Amino acid sequence: MSAEEAPASASVVKDVVVSSMEVEAFRRLFPLQYIERYLDAAVRPDGRPLGRARPTDVVLGQVPTTDGSALVRLGNTTMLAGVKLELSVPSTETPDQGRIAIDFQMPPICSPHVRPGRPAEDACAINEQLSNVLASSQLVDLREFSITSGKSAWMAHLDIYCLNADGSLLDAALLASTAALMDVQIPAISINDEGKVQIINFREDQDEPMVDAEKVSETKRKVVDKRRLKLGPAPVAVTCMLYKNHLLADPTAEEEAVLHTVVIVVLDSPDNLISLYKPGGSVLATTSTVMDCIAVARLRLKEVHRILEEATKREGED
Amino acid sequence: MINLEKPEQARSDGRTANQLRPMVCSRGLLERAHGSARWQQDNTIIMAAVYGPKPVSGKKENPERATLEVLWKTKSGIAGNTEKEAEVTIRRTLEYIVLSSMHPNTGISIVFQVVNDDGAILACAMNAACAALVDAGIPLNGLIVAVSVGVSTHGVVVVDPTKVEEKNFRAHVCLVFPNRPKCAVAGLPAPVGGEPAEHGIISCVTRGAMSVDEYMTCLERGRAASVKITSLIRNSLEHCQLLQVVGVEFGAVAGSPVPGEAFFAIAVLLGP
Repeated sequence: MSAEEAPASASVVKDVVVSSMEVEAFRRLFPLQYIERYLDAAVRPDGRPLGRARPTDVVLGQVPTTDGSALVRLGNTTMLAGVKLELSVPSTETPDQGRIAIDFQMPPICSPHVRPGRPAEDACAINEQLSNVLASSQLVDLREFSITSGKSAWMAHLDIYCLNADGSLLDAALLASTAALMDVQIPAISINDEGKVQIINFREDQDEPMVDAEKVSETKRKVVDKRRLKLGPAPVAVTCMLYKNHLLADPTAEEEAVLHTVVIVVLDSPDNLISLYKPGGSVLATTSTVMDCIAVARLRLKEVHRILEEATKREGED
Repeated sequence: MINLEKPEQARSDGRTANQLRPMVCSRGLLERAHGSARWQQDNTIIMAAVYGPKPVSGKKENPERATLEVLWKTKSGIAGNTEKEAEVTIRRTLEYIVLSSMHPNTGISIVFQVVNDDGAILACAMNAACAALVDAGIPLNGLIVAVSVGVSTHGVVVVDPTKVEEKNFRAHVCLVFPNRPKCAVAGLPAPVGGEPAEHGIISCVTRGAMSVDEYMTCLERGRAASVKITSLIRNSLEHCQLLQVVGVEFGAVAGSPVPGEAFFAIAVLLGP
């Protein structure tokens, strides 16, 4: 939320506020009334209509050291996600599946409310919700990560860093995770007849794969080329804020601090509900409110799928 | 009673889709806690202890209201993200009923100890916390009622799933509704959109994917089941001497002389 946006939409406030009080002072002293004045005029402090999300920007492949990465901006909320693949042995219960380990981090850089040290409560809750959403949705088929059943599989470390926490963190974190997974390229590997798996490193100055020449002659090898990860429909999260009879989609940190009641809807197709999370709050959600939130999520689902499509297309052109 | 005509609706423990497990709510079990409660739903048992309002310092101190703190202790092992998320959800849910502005600059801690988890643990924790808060005499503006609903792989919606059912089912939901036919605070919230206030959702946590229609069915079943749990909670509280106090003024019972012999067991049937 930048300060220079306030004067632009100040006329709305001006009519009702004592004219001698400056908008910025009013905003700091009476944050709730400040937002309320806007809501009564069916507009948000940053000029958006109530049900619209902030401009969203997805860029793939920002971190070359990872196997897949994405930088997502949702208004001012910024998330950087990266996927690192590692060879591992699958668990005995699921011999033909790989694993995903999700780590959501909120370093002190992201917000004045985060202190260094133990991870914040919010970060843990978002981490849990992300794992829950990825486990419930059809986005990643863990069998895609299998190399040889029972012997080796990929272990994906999905790390998400919050660089700027300006509200709707789960929305941005999920979008960044999905985009990073879309960007994943599973490296080329060679499997010898004993089942030992080795990653083939291509170096820029070398055309030949970096495999020891002696070993190649010793044993027969099966080489698996690098490939993209096949993904299902992408789940999309929308944070909805409830206040009186208003429903605000994609709130900023300023709005979240004042209004409290939140409903997070995650959909992966217009009729498939992946998660509906409402942690308390002073406003009760009725059946019609729930339907309204789902309707907002459906609109956003279409929008985000388009944004993701464009991002992959841009990445393909580069 | 296994439904022979529709075998996919049969449940492993022989319950019907709308049948809750027998519930027991007992209060005042812990000597040192200001309030405590144990909530049992067959094999799911959880204890809640409430300490406070007590002095706090530093970041936790709020000059306008009491701060709530929730601690979740698992049966074994250390607390991970799942427990942290449960703590956040429970804290934000309880903030809905606790009149925290009556005790500014203080803290109220609610500690949960899972005795055994056989499904619907979050719902049990919410109900236990509510009973423990009443036992501690913390001023509340009403009670809450939590219920767990599951969606089986065949799309059958059942209430109060067990651990095995939760694992095999496509999805399950924990729903929390207000429970306030009587109220301590003047001015009940008017019906919203033609629905009574107790149909409004305070909290909702879902696990697994389901269709929107299935969610709506869950909501409907959850509301029906919550009526039964509501009457259980009220009965349980009224068996104590708190009878005259509940729903009128919870604040007056601080340091309740009742050792909390209230013990009430009931097998709840929602009908076919």
